[in-house]
Amino acid sequence: MGALLSAHGVTKSFGGIRALDGIDFALGEGEVLGIIGPNGAGKTALINTITGFYRADSGSIRLAGDEISGLPIHAISRRGIARTFQNIRIFKRLTVLENVLVAGKRAALNPIAALFRLRREKPALEAAANLLSAFGLEAKADWRAATLSYGEARRLEIARALYGGPQVLLLDEPAAGMNEAETERLVNDIRKARHRLRAVVLIEHDMSLIRALSTRLIAMDYGRKIAEGEPAAVLAHPQVQRAYLGEAA
Amino acid sequence: MNQDLVFFTCVNILLGWSVYVVLLSGSLSFAQGAFMALGCYAAGLFTTKMGLPLIPALALAGLITAGIAAVLGFPALRVKGVYLILVTLGITICVRIALENLELLGGVGGFGGMAGANVYLALGIVAAVGVCLWFLSTSPLQLILDAVREDENVAAAVGINVTYIKVASFSAGALIAGIAGGLYGHYMNFVRPDSFDALISIYAVFFVILGGVNNFLGPVIGAIAMTVLPEYMRVLQEWRPTVFSALILAMLLFRPDGLLPLRLTTVK
Repeated sequence: MGALLSAHGVTKSFGGIRALDGIDFALGEGEVLGIIGPNGAGKTALINTITGFYRADSGSIRLAGDEISGLPIHAISRRGIARTFQNIRIFKRLTVLENVLVAGKRAALNPIAALFRLRREKPALEAAANLLSAFGLEAKADWRAATLSYGEARRLEIARALYGGPQVLLLDEPAAGMNEAETERLVNDIRKARHRLRAVVLIEHDMSLIRALSTRLIAMDYGRKIAEGEPAAVLAHPQVQRAYLGEAA
Repeated sequence: MNQDLVFFTCVNILLGWSVYVVLLSGSLSFAQGAFMALGCYAAGLFTTKMGLPLIPALALAGLITAGIAAVLGFPALRVKGVYLILVTLGITICVRIALENLELLGGVGGFGGMAGANVYLALGIVAAVGVCLWFLSTSPLQLILDAVREDENVAAAVGINVTYIKVASFSAGALIAGIAGGLYGHYMNFVRPDSFDALISIYAVFFVILGGVNNFLGPVIGAIAMTVLPEYMRVLQEWRPTVFSALILAMLLFRPDGLLPLRLTTVK
């Protein structure tokens, strides 16, 4: 069976800096693919290229066999790829519930229809409320998103990404800035999210999170893939340890 | 209050709304004077040369203006911030120069013969547009616009076609400005290209900044204040541009969301 999401020979340069240097990977059904690497390794550049924020210089990115490289951001999202951001990006002026509802693909697909649709569309509201409940945000549904704590805002970002039923979720350092308790809760939240998705890509520096969730791991350095395989094997790989700890390791 | 003042207040409310609708998707347009001119001349052609009744002429002129705005909007809305301000101001200046050189429309000498607009029609149009904007503010489309305005990239990442939304709101703003222009021309009976100079576009933005950008009633407050106050305060008549500019600077510094800052929530 073919990969759900795959990349072949993807390159991306900014001036003289090669952020992605011939990246290949294949994400299978049900997988949680962890991507690790030191700062500047190209992890976020990879997510940005998959989701259309960057246009790849060369190479191919396919979702369920269809080429998505070169499509605009919204078109890639509509194909079923959702993402979160390294620095949490929620709509702060909207309420928590509105943040989720705005990601409803039906409204986004046809804005003119959205104008004439009754605002209390029961199935959409119920689906959004269920997601908020699953992520412990139901009590704050009517709060402005700007008033949420860091951990709550991260949960809202994940809930929003799940609304509309994407196939693949790309998480960009979801544990960044979180304390231990918040990270533990995040692990549970991502497990919950996983049941609603066909696969997950997880970029993370927090190795406890990577060990707890990843079914397979890719390590990157200087825009290249330096190791791939079982999480324990990749973490023990000498090249990975050198990339993280320097030559002395 | 005399009828002229009520009429011009209505036209200014429409102009304020025309900026507000564009601003809903995060773009600031200084091209509303141009769209007002296009609407005025188009409606004038329909009524004086083709014999159309005023209301259908206004509707058609608004649609034509919206269509032109859509064509201009695709390239213009690729730029942001100060560059977008320059591009939209450029549209205002280009339209004026084009009108000055079109003999069919009277050129610099102006275009006359338009008639039939009155204060009741203006109030009716303000009421109709107001109802549409209230409807919009409680619809899911408002959510989409709010998302695009706050963060275009994230809005695109949740599946919203940002270009489409921005061009549609630019067009909708032009439609309202076009109708306001048609109304204005048919009340004044005679207009010249310099009736629609860049200052009109700038004032239209002032109405929104003063009143508030977060709900459709804000521009109403701004337009009423900036139209009615100079009539009753002589110092404002003589120093109008200076006083208004100082007022806008003060608003931006101390109350950047305007006099009426509250956003209406779409889901309760």
